[in-house]
Amino acid sequence: MTSSLNVEQTRDMFLYTGEQMIKSKPYLTELDSAIGDGDHGVGMEVGFANANEKLRNGTFASINDIFKTVGMTMISTMGGASGIIFGTMFAGGIKGMEPLTRLDAGSLAEIMERALAAVKERGKADVGDKTMIDAFEPAVRALKESAARSDDLLEALRRAEEEAARGAENSKGYEAKFGRAKTLGARAIGHPDAGAVSVSIIFRSMREWVERHGA
Amino acid sequence: MKKLINQPEHVVREMIEGFIAAYGRDYRMLENVNGVVRKEKKDKVAIVIGGGSGHEPLFIGFVGEGMADGAAMGNVFAAPPPDTVLAVTKAVDAGKGVLYLYGNYAGDVLNFDMAAELAEMEGIETRTVRITDDVASAPSDRIHDRRGIAGDVMVFKIAGAAAEAGLPLEEVERLARKANDNTRSIGIALTPGTLPGADRPTFTLPDDEIEFGMGIHGEPGIRREKLQPADRLVDHMMDLLLADLPFRAGDEVVVLINGLGSTTLMELLIVNRRVAQVLRDKGISVYDTDVGSLCTTQEMGGMSITLMRLDDELKHFYDQPAYTPYYQKRKR
Repeated sequence: MTSSLNVEQTRDMFLYTGEQMIKSKPYLTELDSAIGDGDHGVGMEVGFANANEKLRNGTFASINDIFKTVGMTMISTMGGASGIIFGTMFAGGIKGMEPLTRLDAGSLAEIMERALAAVKERGKADVGDKTMIDAFEPAVRALKESAARSDDLLEALRRAEEEAARGAENSKGYEAKFGRAKTLGARAIGHPDAGAVSVSIIFRSMREWVERHGA
Repeated sequence: MKKLINQPEHVVREMIEGFIAAYGRDYRMLENVNGVVRKEKKDKVAIVIGGGSGHEPLFIGFVGEGMADGAAMGNVFAAPPPDTVLAVTKAVDAGKGVLYLYGNYAGDVLNFDMAAELAEMEGIETRTVRITDDVASAPSDRIHDRRGIAGDVMVFKIAGAAAEAGLPLEEVERLARKANDNTRSIGIALTPGTLPGADRPTFTLPDDEIEFGMGIHGEPGIRREKLQPADRLVDHMMDLLLADLPFRAGDEVVVLINGLGSTTLMELLIVNRRVAQVLRDKGISVYDTDVGSLCTTQEMGGMSITLMRLDDELKHFYDQPAYTPYYQKRKR
């Protein structure tokens, strides 16, 4: 039964997630090269490598600090649209929230729901626009459903992973409304959005860590 | 792809260090962020340009007298983070406001807008003009969705001269917008470029094909064609370009024939020969021409044609002197 993580475990989960994202660079580069400019994998590597360095060397009093550190480091080191968007995915949700010392399905759902709103506010994208929202929004919906059912954290992450992967797969069917793939029109169909795939790797990595090391 | 680099993750910083080693008499780099600014700070509106690295001499090479005051550089092909833009903004601000000029890409918009919010909190007034010269990147009814390519240089030139003349922020902004509204570009790609450290190019093109309207990051263009003689390709490009503004008989234009990286000056001059013929046939007069590789994509092959239509006002600012390591104009 994996009900919640403490601050230290949350940090370790994000360290593992960062490592998985860094390992995914060639795959993400390949996806982004098909319909974009091919910089997504490099950007994510830069952001997560810097975030992991901060996570390794810092001391953290709360779950909020961890999310904030990951997100703000991505915003200030990555650049590109991904820096703001993925940085906001981590830092945008905890803004104004009371400090947490445990991360469970309920608190993760709340953080991610607020983060989704912040990302949409910045990026102005919706599901179907061939962006990371295609994966993030269904993943957040799954987290909220899990929280409502009082699922444990592992089950909530499993559902989020599943929905994010489905969303990334669905992004293949969309024309891009944003970013550099926009000029492609129908030629983008058949290719997934690299950002949506990144979201699914993030949730998969979180699930993997919790499955192996969870409380 | 063979490249003269040390480590892919250090290319931007090491490029800036090399730039300062060469031109440090007039420029300094900022600590901790990838920004370059003029050493001399003038009592005028400051102009900050920027975007992804990998397009040199754009952006780093267009900081200087009569051009920009600072450049914020991102990683290769990625917009600079807000912290970088803010640091450059603070370094160049002389209390007269700061104008942001950059190509209209999603990442640049997000990062420069966030920097503008942060600058406002620090009491610095900023304005923004996004450059949208690439006619292939969106149809004319969605002109605000268009990307910025080599036409950036025209906008920097006009805005830089306006700032140097001591005009207030809203006037410099208006002139930058006017320059952008009168500038159009179209490019073709022959061969791909490669991100430093990447083991594959950003796109592939068959040996005998070119792509019309391909973006400077290898974004797919509007159509692929067989490679044809330069004159015929130029004719196709000029048809699209001239119809877009549209440019008409009696107009006066500045021409920029821009190489994308590996296309030789010989080829660019051959292209310019035909561009000049086409313009003459259409009754459009050429006020000035630049032929060179100003906005590149690593070793990408291909070129773009940029035209800026002049009126008396734009001509006045175009005629002011500009001096940067990679772009110079004498006063006329």
